[in-house]
Amino acid sequence: MGRKILFITTDQQRYDTLGCNGGTIARTPVVDALAAEGVRYDRAHPQSVVCMPSRSTMLTGQHVSTHGVWMNGVPLPEDAPSVAEVLHDAGYRTAIIGKPHFEPFLDPFARFAENGFARNGTFGPHRGFEHFESATHGAAGPLHYARWLASTHPEAVGMFYPVLDGLLEVNAMGGGDTGAPQAWRNEIPREWYHTDWVADRTIAWLDSLPAGDDWFCWMSFPDPHHPWDPPASEIGRIDWHDVPLPAGYIDDATERERVLDGKPRHYRAWYEGTLVSNYEAPLAWAPKTMTADQVREITALNAVEVELIDEAIGRVLAAIRARGWDDDVDIVFTTDHGELGGDFGLMFKGPYHVDGLMRLPLIWRPAPSSGIAPAAVGRPVGHLDLAPTFCAIAGLPVPEWMEGTPLPVDDADADARGFERVLTEWDSDLFGVDVHLRTITRDGWVCTTYLPGHSHDGTEGELYDLANDPLQRENRWDDPSLTALRSDLLADLWDHQPPMRSPLPKVHAPV
Amino acid sequence: MYGSIRHHIRIRRSADDVWALVGDPARLHTWFPGIVDCTVDGTTRVITTGVGLPMPERIVMNDGSQRRFQYEITAPMFRTHRGTIDVIELDPDECLVVYSTDCEPRAMALVIGGGTAGALDELKRQMEA
Repeated sequence: MGRKILFITTDQQRYDTLGCNGGTIARTPVVDALAAEGVRYDRAHPQSVVCMPSRSTMLTGQHVSTHGVWMNGVPLPEDAPSVAEVLHDAGYRTAIIGKPHFEPFLDPFARFAENGFARNGTFGPHRGFEHFESATHGAAGPLHYARWLASTHPEAVGMFYPVLDGLLEVNAMGGGDTGAPQAWRNEIPREWYHTDWVADRTIAWLDSLPAGDDWFCWMSFPDPHHPWDPPASEIGRIDWHDVPLPAGYIDDATERERVLDGKPRHYRAWYEGTLVSNYEAPLAWAPKTMTADQVREITALNAVEVELIDEAIGRVLAAIRARGWDDDVDIVFTTDHGELGGDFGLMFKGPYHVDGLMRLPLIWRPAPSSGIAPAAVGRPVGHLDLAPTFCAIAGLPVPEWMEGTPLPVDDADADARGFERVLTEWDSDLFGVDVHLRTITRDGWVCTTYLPGHSHDGTEGELYDLANDPLQRENRWDDPSLTALRSDLLADLWDHQPPMRSPLPKVHAPV
Repeated sequence: MYGSIRHHIRIRRSADDVWALVGDPARLHTWFPGIVDCTVDGTTRVITTGVGLPMPERIVMNDGSQRRFQYEITAPMFRTHRGTIDVIELDPDECLVVYSTDCEPRAMALVIGGGTAGALDELKRQMEA
């Protein structure tokens, strides 16, 4: 009997929403305890700041350019490698429960296997997972949670905020007390909400296993991704009137616009509502219209969702302890990408490689039986290190096709094994609006170069000093005193950035 | 808002052979993955997608001399739609098939266009087999 792996992901969760990372709004004692007992990563970045590419990196251990899921709507090829398959082949029982999103959700032609299981009343296998039980942000779509809710509590189906509008765009409709986009009062009872459902189904799957089996379970919560529509019974936990504005929000409009103007032009264009370059933000909404109170309310609702996740994790951990497994279970907690969360007056996500989207919560609570000491790691790590870490936990060699390295257990280990940089990339092409970013984070700097596209001529970039400008307000790309540093970072970026897969995989849906 | 998506593929088969399949509106479901049934009555075609969704269409043009097929999905979810398939001879044994989707709302252009990309791959597989 070896070590078992509980891989917990959330969707679109900021680094600073956890107490262990300095968050003060949501109470997260369960995840904070995992951090105290394990390794907390202070500079973990995704390889993409949107769902499908990022999740594909977690599964494959590959850069986006290598696995080829270059934007949302591009399906991960059926024959893509999978760490779940590696573990399953080694005798692990494997499951993913919650949001997968390796293939597009909008699938009227029923072409993608991921969407077929709930429709057919089956549960995999798929991509190495012998059990595949899916959910997303509401009650719509061909997923197990939606089918379960429709069959058992049909009166609740219409209680969720409609994520997409009648034109299948991300909905701009306002709600809540302030009219904030994607804020909503959801009257669904808590026990029917997808967060608790994911935990319930995870416990049920774990309970189905013999005590002696080794297992890899990816528990994937759809929250705190918008819509911000937690059960109404829970929103009284946090009064949005009392919520402080995020540190990254600039209350003074003149200063906010000055900061935006120091960044590549698509920032201000989106803020003004003249350019929505990607599908993941509401087309019919301009960030400039967002009020401080709307930021407060969204922050509060987001924090409620984070608290519900923390409590759901606590229930799953209690079930693991009840099985007598805890000493041999490794727990990894992270999210697929962050949320702008009001930074610079922006919300949602897009081609913006700043900390709101790139700095992730990442915690590894090694199995107590491993003897790994608690630590905090400041060196840069990435999602592509997760799959190799799972292999290492299982005592398996890291396959050659994985491009990451098992996570370091402390900074000395990181230094010894060359954790110097982490790369993040963005490509999108939406009806002729194409945007392309390549980013390196190294030595306390974040450096992004823009390739030629709809709004950029290839000379633009961003350069931020994380130590002296943690809120990334001053773009130093054009600072003459930093020319050598910039050149060095870019050379290092291109030395390590794999070429984009060719031919470029096609987009099959918006999301 | 309007969206336009175009996919193309080169097929090592004569344009006439490819057109014989593409230009037959009743056989769409044999090469378009995700369309499970297809009935034609005059200029009206009704397809059924893999999720059981029937979608009525109006055949606008079926021009064998140009090897161009055009149709419109008339289901209410579309404000406008025009699908165009062109089979263009490159040489006697090779052709280029271009499948365009123009529609509103624009998100549906991505969804339908994704289906057409899969259809072109399947068409190539069948015609080069």
